[in-house]
Amino acid sequence: MKDKSQLLNYTIPQLLRWRVKETGDKVALREKDFGYWNNYTWNDFYDHVRKIALGLEKVGVKKGDKLALIGDNIPEMLFMAIGAQSIGAISAGIYQTTLPDEIAQLIDYMDVTVVFCDDQEQVDKLVEIRDRIPRVRKVIYEDPRGMRSYRSDDWFLFIEDLYEIGAASNAEHPEKYDALIDQGSPDDVCHFCLTSGTTGLSKGSMMTHKNYINMGIQLTKVDNLEDTDEYLSFLPFAWIGEQMNSFGVAMATGITINFPESVETSMEDLKEIGPHFMFGAPRIYETIRSQIWLKIDESYWLNRLAYQKFIKIGEKAARYRMSGERMPASLRFSAWLGKTLVFDPLINQIGLRRLRRAYTGGAALGPELFTFYQAIGVNLKQIYGQTEIVGIAYMHRDGDVRPDTVGKPLPETECKISEEGEILSQSPSVCVGYYKMDDKSEELLEGGWLHSGDAGYIDENGHLVVIDRVADVMHSNKGEMFSPMFLENKLKFSPYIKEAVIFGDKRDFVSALINIDPIVVGKWAEDRGLSFTTYMDLSGKPEVVELIKGAVQDVNERAEKDHFKIKRFAVLYKLLDMDDGELTKTGKIRRKFVREKYKDLYEALYDESVSKKKVEADFQYQDGQTTTVEAEMSFYTMEGVA
Amino acid sequence: MYFRLKNQVLPVTMDKLVISDVTLSFGGLMALSDVSLDIEPGLITSVIGPNGAGKTSLLNCISGFYHPTSGDIYFGDHKLNKASPHQVSNLGIARAFQNIELFGGMTVLDNLLLARHQKLHYSILHAVVYFGKASREESKNRRYVEEVIDFMELEPYRKHTVGSLSYGIQKRVEVARALTLAPRLLLLDEPMAGMNIEEKEDMVRFIIDIQKERDATVVLVEHDLGVVMDISDRIYVLDFGVLIGAGKPEEVVKIPQVVEAYIGED
Repeated sequence: MKDKSQLLNYTIPQLLRWRVKETGDKVALREKDFGYWNNYTWNDFYDHVRKIALGLEKVGVKKGDKLALIGDNIPEMLFMAIGAQSIGAISAGIYQTTLPDEIAQLIDYMDVTVVFCDDQEQVDKLVEIRDRIPRVRKVIYEDPRGMRSYRSDDWFLFIEDLYEIGAASNAEHPEKYDALIDQGSPDDVCHFCLTSGTTGLSKGSMMTHKNYINMGIQLTKVDNLEDTDEYLSFLPFAWIGEQMNSFGVAMATGITINFPESVETSMEDLKEIGPHFMFGAPRIYETIRSQIWLKIDESYWLNRLAYQKFIKIGEKAARYRMSGERMPASLRFSAWLGKTLVFDPLINQIGLRRLRRAYTGGAALGPELFTFYQAIGVNLKQIYGQTEIVGIAYMHRDGDVRPDTVGKPLPETECKISEEGEILSQSPSVCVGYYKMDDKSEELLEGGWLHSGDAGYIDENGHLVVIDRVADVMHSNKGEMFSPMFLENKLKFSPYIKEAVIFGDKRDFVSALINIDPIVVGKWAEDRGLSFTTYMDLSGKPEVVELIKGAVQDVNERAEKDHFKIKRFAVLYKLLDMDDGELTKTGKIRRKFVREKYKDLYEALYDESVSKKKVEADFQYQDGQTTTVEAEMSFYTMEGVA
Repeated sequence: MYFRLKNQVLPVTMDKLVISDVTLSFGGLMALSDVSLDIEPGLITSVIGPNGAGKTSLLNCISGFYHPTSGDIYFGDHKLNKASPHQVSNLGIARAFQNIELFGGMTVLDNLLLARHQKLHYSILHAVVYFGKASREESKNRRYVEEVIDFMELEPYRKHTVGSLSYGIQKRVEVARALTLAPRLLLLDEPMAGMNIEEKEDMVRFIIDIQKERDATVVLVEHDLGVVMDISDRIYVLDFGVLIGAGKPEEVVKIPQVVEAYIGED
């Protein structure tokens, strides 16, 4: 493998120029549009970025200006970001699900002057808050649909027009773009990446070119990628994981980034592309597993039988493979048989057949899920890190995958545990700090170490074990410590449970609010001839609650300590949702918010005399109308829990 | 190779649909009596009225399923009185039906491709050889259908059989099927019947986009008064086959007969 450390001397636009010299005619980006996959070579990529950069310069964007990007993943998102970076401006991703009010706050906080939106949906949000964002000079849009009435207003700019401005500027001064990007230095801040905002408004961490490129280099030192490899870009661009791949990994290795047709079709597109590596939050892997289970369940008896037999063999073999031990020959043979007969065709149906490595990060994944994926032949590994270190500080190595750990540090990354048990790290990928928040930055980077805010320890094999957020760890009334996230993940391993919220801080026992999985439980109910109408109705069925009770019982039986056992639980009548503020944009639970919102339920959980309670639920439709629905919720006490 | 609406050549001359003194009777039953109305190009015109008022009969007269007993229907210079459905459709008038008229066992894509059969111009010999003209025509055809799929946001359902889709989505496919004919005049017969609020909101957005982005004239028959009042440029009210009111939404709600016939008395 070639040494790539010289790439650290480049900025992202300079790296793009270098990549064009290396593999200019290879496909860099591929986007599905009107049912076809359209290719952009590295030359096309470079050409578009150049046009955007020169166009932006013409419309008055200067070094240090901030350009926000809102929308689904499309190649134009990258053209805009790198185009802005070419002239020394700073790009910033905002999640496409963000509501107008929050967008106004973020734009104001980050001093944004130009916004790029992919379609009318996002543009309309800006129109709504236009008088609150006086500094925004231009709104650039990609999809002209529904934009007719805006065309006469020069606040808006169609991207095709920007291309024309840029192309004209390039024709006039062909050497200008090179001169512009030569002014950049790897240590310049190039992008603001928003933190997930579990505890309030997101903070913008200031990332440099070097931060991203270093991550691309170090990651491929551990797991090499060929320039013929494929990657499907389905994570939100505002998330660090996606930027890591598109700014860092793709340019350092020359892989192809594929953009799905729409968010809804990404699983279909996954099948068509068959990527060689993928990143995802645990939720994605949970969803895929549910799909597999459903597929098997709906299949005919021979398939089911073969699956049941070989999954056990697969799991056995997976344990050897994960620990790197030599497998006995007989097991190796039957595992090969299972792979050939059952699992290869199975994962081929989902598009994971060519996958060499899959990474999960952002939250913990149940150990059982690791074994499951390894058993069906998907090399799933845990990564650990945060936005401020470009996503990855620790990761599993092939043949050394321990499901309860997050692996070893990346090359060039130093890590230690503070006296308080907090995980600290140092690497060239650590950000410069938060924008306009000096006190928070100082806290974050105190003593030259990145403070993760997570509690953890290094085990005897040198692997890091993450317990929970330092601030999230709970203590029972008796002072016994437990991690709510850990218990929630255990519950979520049941296919019937979609989401769970654990309570018990300063209380006598642990309790839980549970969301059933509408698809899996719906199918389960159908198979049993149980009729239901809505999610709320299904959640309240006594049979369903019995089913969930079994799952809770299961978790309790396997609890490491007595005070981990869940004593009371209730099945919530609605799915926790980002739009209702119950989950963060990355799908983590806002525990405090949930507790406040469902205060009555929380109190009922801790009042053992309550077994049924009437609740009024307010629902808001998209057009702002609200309705109130009355429902009865049942509360259950588990037997045998003190 | 990008297809952009911006670069699309849009029809410049748009024809007005004029219905004058149309009467339709089945034996002694007068479905329509002396109905006269103008459908102005580029606008959304709604036809409302209670059940049995003759709304669907009117659409059937326009689209050639029925022929008026007396009176005239003109689309531009073309007289539609005796025209058959395929002739009407060739003039650029397409219709989405109230009861979904799709092939339930075929995929969304196949339904839409098939709907454009009259736009395909190659002979059976070309079809046998396939390479050359037939293949070129087919890919042009597919391109157009894909553009409609994108417009109606049907990408996730492209390969699903229509019968397996929810009612709301099927309705959307029904409208898409009409759109594949590149209509200048689109007749929508209760596109929102049986939908929930979210699906209705989506459909309203699509109808407005059809008018604005595709420069189509839309005739909407709909029961949901809220929707009709919101998006129509002009409304005609029918009752027992007789036109009892016409005007802008705000004018129509003030006509006493309309209030009595449609909204009911206090």
